[in-house]
Formats: sequence, C-alpha cells, structure tokens
Amino acid sequence: MTGAAGSSGQPAGGRPPLGTADAGHTGQHHVTRQTSIYVYEWPVRLWHWINAAAILVLIVTGWFIGSPPPSMQIGEATHQFVFGYIRFAHFAAGMIMTVGFFGRIYWAFVGNHHARQMFYLPLARKSWWQEIWHEMKWYAFIEKTPKKYIGHNPLAQIAMFFFMTVGLTFMIVTGFALYAEGVGQGSWLDAIFGPLRDWIGNSQVLHSLHHLGMYAILVFMMIHIYAAIREDIMSRQSMVSTMISGHRTFKDDAPE
Amino acid sequence: MTQIETFYDVMRRQGITRRSFMKYCSLTAAALGLGPSFVPKIAHAMETKPRTPVIWVHGLECTCCSESFIRSAHPLAKDVVLSMISLDYDDTLMAAAGHQAEAALEDTIQKYKGNYILAVEGNPPLDEDGMFCIVGGKPFVEQLRHAAKDAKAIISWGACASYGCVQAAKPNPTRATPVHKVITDKPIIKVPGCPPIAEVMTGVITYMLTFDRLPELDRQGRPAMFYGQRIHDKCYRRPHFDAGQFVEHWDDENARKGYCLYKMGCKGPTTYNACSTVRWNEGTSFPIQSGHGCIGCSEDGFWDQGSFYNRVTDLTQFGVEANADKVGLAAAGVVGGGIALHAAVSALKSAQRKTQDTRSKEEV
Repeated sequence: MTGAAGSSGQPAGGRPPLGTADAGHTGQHHVTRQTSIYVYEWPVRLWHWINAAAILVLIVTGWFIGSPPPSMQIGEATHQFVFGYIRFAHFAAGMIMTVGFFGRIYWAFVGNHHARQMFYLPLARKSWWQEIWHEMKWYAFIEKTPKKYIGHNPLAQIAMFFFMTVGLTFMIVTGFALYAEGVGQGSWLDAIFGPLRDWIGNSQVLHSLHHLGMYAILVFMMIHIYAAIREDIMSRQSMVSTMISGHRTFKDDAPE
Repeated sequence: MTQIETFYDVMRRQGITRRSFMKYCSLTAAALGLGPSFVPKIAHAMETKPRTPVIWVHGLECTCCSESFIRSAHPLAKDVVLSMISLDYDDTLMAAAGHQAEAALEDTIQKYKGNYILAVEGNPPLDEDGMFCIVGGKPFVEQLRHAAKDAKAIISWGACASYGCVQAAKPNPTRATPVHKVITDKPIIKVPGCPPIAEVMTGVITYMLTFDRLPELDRQGRPAMFYGQRIHDKCYRRPHFDAGQFVEHWDDENARKGYCLYKMGCKGPTTYNACSTVRWNEGTSFPIQSGHGCIGCSEDGFWDQGSFYNRVTDLTQFGVEANADKVGLAAAGVVGGGIALHAAVSALKSAQRKTQDTRSKEEV
C-alpha cells in the first residue's frame, strides 16, 4: 500500500468471513478476504452530497442572476416574484453550503485522517511528489498500472485543496460580501464583509470575481466527475461507491 | 481680520424673507435626514455663525460638478448658495481672473489659515511633474498641495477627485491621481458622481456649516446619508426586477411598460448613490426613470468596467472583447473537450489492453 493514506482504515464491521450463495469456487476466495477499508465517515459523505447539491443549485441560479431568463408575464409585478425566488434559492443554497463547509472543517479536526486530506498539501514529503509524477504519467497513458490509494491520489488532493478548500472559501467570502450589500450598511454582515468590498473598490469587480469563481468550480466539477468515473472503471479501487458507502474496495491483492 | 457676514445677514441683504429662510432651514433639515427639532438649530447656526470660507480648485475635470452645483434647488437657489459659503476662490465662477484670482487664493489661505474648506474638482496628473494640468503657470498638483496644507477639511467633488474618473481610466496616460492619494494628512470627504447630485453637494456643505463637523462617512469616505444605499435598493423599478420582468431590447414593449433595465446593463445594483431618492433637476427624474440604465458613475473605476450596456465586466487581460462569461465558457469548453478526448483515448487503450490480454491467454 502506498503512503498516501497509511493504513488506519477500520475493518468492515468485523463480521465473520462468510461465503455468499452466488460465489463459485474461485469467487469464494475473493469474498473471504477483507478487501475494503472504511475511508469516508458519514459526515464526510453527507457533506459531499449536500455540497454537490448546493453547488448545482448555486451554479444554475447564479447563472440566471448573471443572465436572467426571459421576462415572464404571470401577473402584476406585485404578485410575481420569479427573479426574487431565483435569488432566494441562490442565497439559501449559499448559506447551506457555508454551514456545511464549517461543519466539514469541524470534522477535519475530529474525524479520521482522511477527513483532513482536503485541507493541506504535504509539500515536504518526497514520496508525494513522486506519486504526483506517477499520477501524471498514468493520466498521460504512459504508466500502465495505476497505484492504489486509500484516500485521494495526490492530483486529486491538489484539486480538492485549490478548488474546494481555497475555491469554496473564496466563493463564500465574495458571495457574502455581495449578499451584505443587499442587507445594507450597518448590518453585521456588512461590518464583516464590507471592508473587502471597499478594498476591491467597485462592487462590479467583486461581481466579476465571483462570476469567474463559478467557472472555476464548474471546471472542477467536470474534471472531478470524469476522473471519479474513469478511476472507478480503470483504477484498482472503488471510487463512486466509496462516497456512498464510505468503503474503499480494491480489485486485486497486489501490495502497490 | 474683518468680520464676515453670517448666512442670515447675506440672505436678508439679498431680499430673502425670514419666512423663506425658515422654509430653507426645514428643507435642509429634511434633505439631511434630520428631525424637525433640528430646524431651529440650523436657523440658529445660520444666524450666528460666520460663513465658512471655501476655496474651490479645479484640476483635470470637465466642470460638470460646478454645472451640477449651481443647479441646486434645495437648499435654495444658486445665488444664496454661493453667498452662503463665501466662495473666495473658484476660477470658474469668480469675477476676477489671472493674477487677481491667484492673489485672492493666496489672500484666503493667509487670512483663514486652518479654517477654510478646500473643495477640489478634478484631480492632479502626476506624470511629467504634473505638467499635464497647469493653473496660473504652475502644475495643478502644486496648487493643490499648497491650498491643502492649511485647509480644515477637503471635499473631493465628483468621480475625478474621488476616484480618478475618465482621465484615470486605463491606461491613464497622465497618471491622473485622486485627491486622497496625493493629500494624505487631511480629512477628505468624497462626493463621487459624474457629476454628483446638486442637492447632495449643497447638502454636504450645509451639514458641515451647520454642525461644524464632517458628516458621517462610510468606509470609502463618502457621506453615509447620501451614499449609504445602492441605486437598486431604492429604485422604483425594483418590483420588476424581483418579478423577473426586464427590458429585453431598447424600445420594446417592456421598455414602454417601464420594466427593470438590468438586462440592458443597468449598474444600479453595484452603484452607491442617492439618484433614486433625491433625483435630479429639482427631483424631476434620474437616468433609470428616463429609460436608460445607471452607468455607475459614482463608483471607483467605472470607466474600466466595460460597456455601459453589459453587466458582465470586460476582462482586458484576456483580450479586447473578453469577459467573465467568454473566458469561463472557453475554459469549460476546453476542459470539456479535453475530457472527451481523454475518455476516448482511455477507452481505446483499455480495449487494446483487453485484446492483448485475451491474446496472451490464448497463447498460453
């Protein structure tokens, strides 16, 4: 097993090794081996999916806030609140994401060591750099066999760090600075985030930065989903189901 | 030092009745957002306080601030306003010219050391030792520094003095610099706008004279009473914004109905000013009311935010016509294409490997 994660995974529930009915003679060998490790605890998984849903809502509603849908004539303006609801959904999703992000930071302190992986880069570790090189070769089709990782592979860790830890922080801070404009001067949100807006100068610049941040998250989302599915198929460990069950399973018994 | 007349003296001398004077005081109180109890205070101040001398200097500007200022309707008409502040030097408005005018400036500075207000319209260009703007044979920046040295406070009139405006727009060839970046040791009130609203200008001055202190400023140094909210927050078309009813094209049916101008690039949501409440020309109208979006003229660097008719800022770093949407969609497109290609190669490679695997098994 390579160093990325060490091996503090818990056994899968400590059940006695039992054969399954549909396993044949050769299958029996595989199911009796413990080949899964509990990696993502439930708060991490819950956060992941809430965060994903919130980001989806934020991107769609945010897009509409930047480029509103065609005008609608449901009724008098007094009785119609279409754009208001779009903005409400954006703000609500943003706040859910913020609360989730704080919860996630909390879990980095109390959860297992995989929960911390998103928040730092082990720049000082030599083997980490070698693994980056290996991963790059794997994605460039030069390396034939991928390595096994319990947690994130180093490229994924870099992406998580910059797009989630740094990226979400940026979006939350700029988002709240924009939201504070609507809440108004003298509010506590304005007291916290107003200075950022004044430092940037024109609130339109802040809007543009927030807008660009959306595209960064969108690009991350595309790569993330592609890589997760590709790794699920082509790598030697489970990917997509790991974020559902929390268990990482390996497809072979080779040590590396 | 000769006794300067009070505001009240001047007003009476100009034939303004006490009744009109009291009306003026209550209008001013209302304009400043003060309760009725402040009316006698304003009246008292006007009756007893000597007029504060004001020096009004002009750097790189277009005089639209002055033009706006002399159209102020409340507080009262222009002649009273001009008398009210004892405008001792203003090369655009004063009768004197040339050496006489410059002598008046020197006089005022000497006479009221530390007591006059310096109003700055426009800004100094700093490149080439300030040679791009010459006043009385000297670079304007020298006059500004000289006049600022003994001033009690400085008012930065308009977007030029506050933020730089058009002459400081990229690439800012003369290095036009807003006042607060040149004068750093004096209290500065920014009254941005291109031009600022007349009543805002006179309101700021009235406040300073009445209460003998600066109005409450926000973090950017603007009077909070006028710049505390966005155009958007008090816009009468806001219900159409919330309803999602927008003008889609100039002169379409929605434009005639007076729908929200957000899609036409209105900068109301990012602009702090009092246009939607105070309005212009005696409260007649303001840009949005006349069917055109706000261009955000009272915001820092508003010339550099791309078209007046697009809400997504141009990003000149990425070429002339780029903006966040174009850059973002291009990036997403490239990444999407890359993913598709990578996926195709991955599938091909693994198919290849499977064939090889079966072959090698067959060989065994």
